[in-house]
Amino acid sequence: MNYIEALNVKKEFGEGDAKVVAVSSIDLSIRQGEFISIMGESGSGKSTLLSMLGGLLSPTRGFVKIEDIDIYSLKRNKLADFRREFMGFIFQSFQLVPYLNVIENVQLPLAVTHHSEKEKKRLALSALERIGLKDKALRLPNQISGGEQERVAIARAVVNEPPILFADEPTGNLDSRNSEEVMKLLMKLNSEGQTIVMVTHSRTNAEYAHRIIEVADGKLKYSEAPIKLAV
Amino acid sequence: MKLHNIAINNLRRRKAKVCFLVIGLLVGVAAVVALLTTTQSMAEDMAHKMDEFGANILITPRSEGLALNYGGLDLGGLSFDQKEISQEDLLTIKTIENAANIRLVSPKVFGVFETQGHKVLAVGVDFTSELALKKWWKINGTAPKLDSEILIGHDASERLKAGLGSKLDIKDYEFTVSGILESTGSQDDSLVFMSLPGSQEIFDKKGKISMVEIAALCKNCPISEIVRQLSDKIPTGKVTAVQQVVEGRMDALHSFQRLSLGISGLVLFVGAMVVFVTMMGSVNERTREIGIFSAIGFRSSHIMKIILLEAFLVSFSAGLLGYLVGIGVTYGILNALSEHSPHLTLDYTMAVGSVFLAILIGLLASFYPARAAAAMDPSEALRTL
Repeated sequence: MNYIEALNVKKEFGEGDAKVVAVSSIDLSIRQGEFISIMGESGSGKSTLLSMLGGLLSPTRGFVKIEDIDIYSLKRNKLADFRREFMGFIFQSFQLVPYLNVIENVQLPLAVTHHSEKEKKRLALSALERIGLKDKALRLPNQISGGEQERVAIARAVVNEPPILFADEPTGNLDSRNSEEVMKLLMKLNSEGQTIVMVTHSRTNAEYAHRIIEVADGKLKYSEAPIKLAV
Repeated sequence: MKLHNIAINNLRRRKAKVCFLVIGLLVGVAAVVALLTTTQSMAEDMAHKMDEFGANILITPRSEGLALNYGGLDLGGLSFDQKEISQEDLLTIKTIENAANIRLVSPKVFGVFETQGHKVLAVGVDFTSELALKKWWKINGTAPKLDSEILIGHDASERLKAGLGSKLDIKDYEFTVSGILESTGSQDDSLVFMSLPGSQEIFDKKGKISMVEIAALCKNCPISEIVRQLSDKIPTGKVTAVQQVVEGRMDALHSFQRLSLGISGLVLFVGAMVVFVTMMGSVNERTREIGIFSAIGFRSSHIMKIILLEAFLVSFSAGLLGYLVGIGVTYGILNALSEHSPHLTLDYTMAVGSVFLAILIGLLASFYPARAAAAMDPSEALRTL
């Protein structure tokens, strides 16, 4: 059964002569537990596609369904609730909140849930333990390295154990050693059952996925299984 | 981790901006507190001084006699030989409901006598209350202490060629001039003042009073109500408020209050604009952060709560500090303006009002920025990432 489905999605920005078609009529299906990479050059529309799949950007046309729910038919608040429960996001450049320490950043998605404070802390510490940063829980983001910040961003994305993880260039600001560590972490999360949709322009990183999708000029160029799976 | 942790941590991080915001609102609140407290204090002082400055209620006999002008004030129907007010009735003045507002009661008896070919109006007064009522009087010599002593006005002393210590015959009684009034520019200059019992004796008005002047402290008291209460108690008298005095006093106070309210409103508006601009700037600066909040599942109301909670905390601090600064400024102003050390007490109603006002302004000024933040599309914010 398809877990995430994009049906004829199109996204246009601007109006009249300034109109730009970022994504043009894409159909895409992702199975539960699948790890897919979306590749493409800058401006190809891959991040726009990811935003639409993640409920962050409503398409000009078409539908996005997750667990057979048309997510853009949901009201604003319901869609926010849906994102909180079903999705985790890893953004470019980590995007940690600078005035919150590591554990507070990880707890951020739990701030509006009904978990007790004790439970929130337990979940955050568990997430930090999974990424190996439990000992840096009280540091501020600017007191840890870039690789560590990326791992904190991953911990924040998975702290409430969402079934889907969207990652936009998660290794874009990392050196090769840190990139490899992050990719292995994503592989691990995927092996634990999380569906992962990752945007990258690195072929090496893309090959960690089960399937690679290439987007060019807002259209799906091809969808393929990588030649080798890095495990 | 709760929403308030985010708000508090953000405020802690942005100390300089928070200080600017607090100071912006604090100045407004402090100005309002200082203006209102100073106005209130000055109004009370002014009212007290004005209340001390002569009478504002007159009791004249109920008769339709000749009008007599006294001290530039119209005394209404006053007739020397007709009905008089019973002196016993005056005892009831202190029994009226607003008795606490009555500062001075100065009864008077009028009588005309002839000496050295001149007709002179003599006024019998209780010198203790008369001197308290007419603080502007300057006396050469001393005020009469005995029934046989008199005080004469400046013009009367010249007309009668009566100097200090000279003798004057009034209705076959001999009086000694113990004091002469310096020129007042009023009818007092032509009068001869003697003791109340003495005047009642020589003018054959025992137990009778021609007129009563009353000074009521009435900054916040209804003068018309006091007039009504006095009328009920003194049936033989006609009680009237000296409208031009009362209204003049109230007008002066109201003008002063209106001015300070106007300035306060202006200062608060500027404070509100400072909060609005700063909060709007803050929201724009935090676009990316708000986008992340939204993306990870914060509802619009959650984002509004964070922004408004920050505004609440800043406004609360500004209100509290503003009140204290305002009181300090008032103390300084009053200290500079007054000869005496001002007495200021912490007014809890004003303190609570200041905090409430600051919070109200802070929240109102932050509402639009908070709504703008809450309405921000996560994808718009993510585009800036």
